[in-house]
Amino acid sequence: MPVINYLQFNGKTFEVDVPVGSSVMQGAVDNMIEGIAAECGGACSCATCEVYVDEAWMPVVGEACDIEKDMLAASSAWRTNSRLSCQIEVTPDMNGLVVTIPAA
Amino acid sequence: MHETCIIIGASHAAAQLAPSLRQEGWPGPIMVIGDESCLPYHRPPLSKAYLSGEKTAHDLLIRGADVYTRYGIEFRLGERVESIDRSRKTITLRGGEELAYGKLAICTGTRVQTVTLPGSTLAGVHYLRNIEDIDRIKADVRPEGRAVIVGGGYIGLETAAVLNKLGMHVTVLEMAPRVLARVTAQQVSEFFQRVHGEEGVDIRTSIAVSGFEGDSRVERVVCADGTHFPVDLVIIGVGVTPNVELATAAELATDNGILVDAFARTSDPDIVAVGDCTMHPSPFYGYIRLESVPNATEQAKSAAATLCGKEKPYAALPWFWSDQYDIKLQIAGLNQGYDQVVVRGDRSVGRSFSAFYIKMGKLVAADCVNRPQEFMVSKKLISEGIELTPEQLADESIALKALLDGARSDVST
Repeated sequence: MPVINYLQFNGKTFEVDVPVGSSVMQGAVDNMIEGIAAECGGACSCATCEVYVDEAWMPVVGEACDIEKDMLAASSAWRTNSRLSCQIEVTPDMNGLVVTIPAA
Repeated sequence: MHETCIIIGASHAAAQLAPSLRQEGWPGPIMVIGDESCLPYHRPPLSKAYLSGEKTAHDLLIRGADVYTRYGIEFRLGERVESIDRSRKTITLRGGEELAYGKLAICTGTRVQTVTLPGSTLAGVHYLRNIEDIDRIKADVRPEGRAVIVGGGYIGLETAAVLNKLGMHVTVLEMAPRVLARVTAQQVSEFFQRVHGEEGVDIRTSIAVSGFEGDSRVERVVCADGTHFPVDLVIIGVGVTPNVELATAAELATDNGILVDAFARTSDPDIVAVGDCTMHPSPFYGYIRLESVPNATEQAKSAAATLCGKEKPYAALPWFWSDQYDIKLQIAGLNQGYDQVVVRGDRSVGRSFSAFYIKMGKLVAADCVNRPQEFMVSKKLISEGIELTPEQLADESIALKALLDGARSDVST
């Protein structure tokens, strides 16, 4: 099972097993990792699951679709490596993925 | 020996409250009691991706079973709570079993409003609330079949969109002069009527259903004006009502919902209530009852803190979303009492515009159609009470975000 690394802004890190087919958001929610609220439960409608994908992993994770891009564009914490974690589906080649959770 | 926290109800509110309670430091047992046979699941996809078949029941689970086990959260599923005894601090299940609580959380949500029209209990007539309802509906879906949906609210329209995509001939019957009458302005209702028409759904307004006819199953929907609709499947979506009966019987204060404060506290110091079943204070709108997932989730976090002796007030701006065809409708705020509607963009052509509701010079709500950015900015414009003119809102040459930045820099200088 792929291991996803969640880095909080306060320096705390969480190494979590997340099943293939689940989402990076769900991995955080299931492990009560603070900073990912996931208010809409993964419907790409609230942007409370934003993460910064480690630069090295951007090619693996890929680009956001149009609706996600629009949601991200309105985020006050936006960076070029921002993604909505509910839209990142976990695949086997994401083992070791590193994402950072924006500061509150 | 630590006290037990019992949570009555096993849907969105409970799914957040139970783990949050553990996170806030609750040391004792946590028991969640639900009358459905499955663990908490996401309800919004029921009228969307689950009905269409894109998601399975397993996909819908809010958290996996192993997560609850890890946090020491016990579930009693397929059980109903019959009564609460506040003086003895016990609850009684159907079947007579009594359970003691140290703290209690009522997360009973809402149930569908049913109709008492002739024939409404015929096979093929469905309501839509639980996963089992959708499973029954799916069994009646077939391409080229005829579906009539009674009620033109969110549920009715979302279901119409999915059944249409699944190849059925769909008619929506709405009693009011327009769809979504309870929640949006005329301009937005007209937009949705246009879009559904473009997609092949027949929407009839100002029409009242007087009964259903058929032998072993429903074959016709009959209306008060004499119109008949031959039909294979009927879905009734005419609203929900809060499950306050346990609370009322236990003499907790209720008024179209269980009355709670900003910390989810009921009139009993050991009992909180969370979600669709609550009437709670909003810094923006007075006392409100919301039928919304974000409300259940955020209020649950506040309740968890309260149960552990901390104070985290719940003061979030209400918001909602609805997915129909290629349209994402996102709604920020409640538009009650608005005195003006301003449309930004062209709603008569295409599928992208926003409708802003102004009350006394301030934005109180926004309906954004395929405009996620404007939705996100609107939430801030509303919650920060920024004064805006209709001209500013309607002018697409000024980015909405600029209005927010402009107002904020005014305040700081």
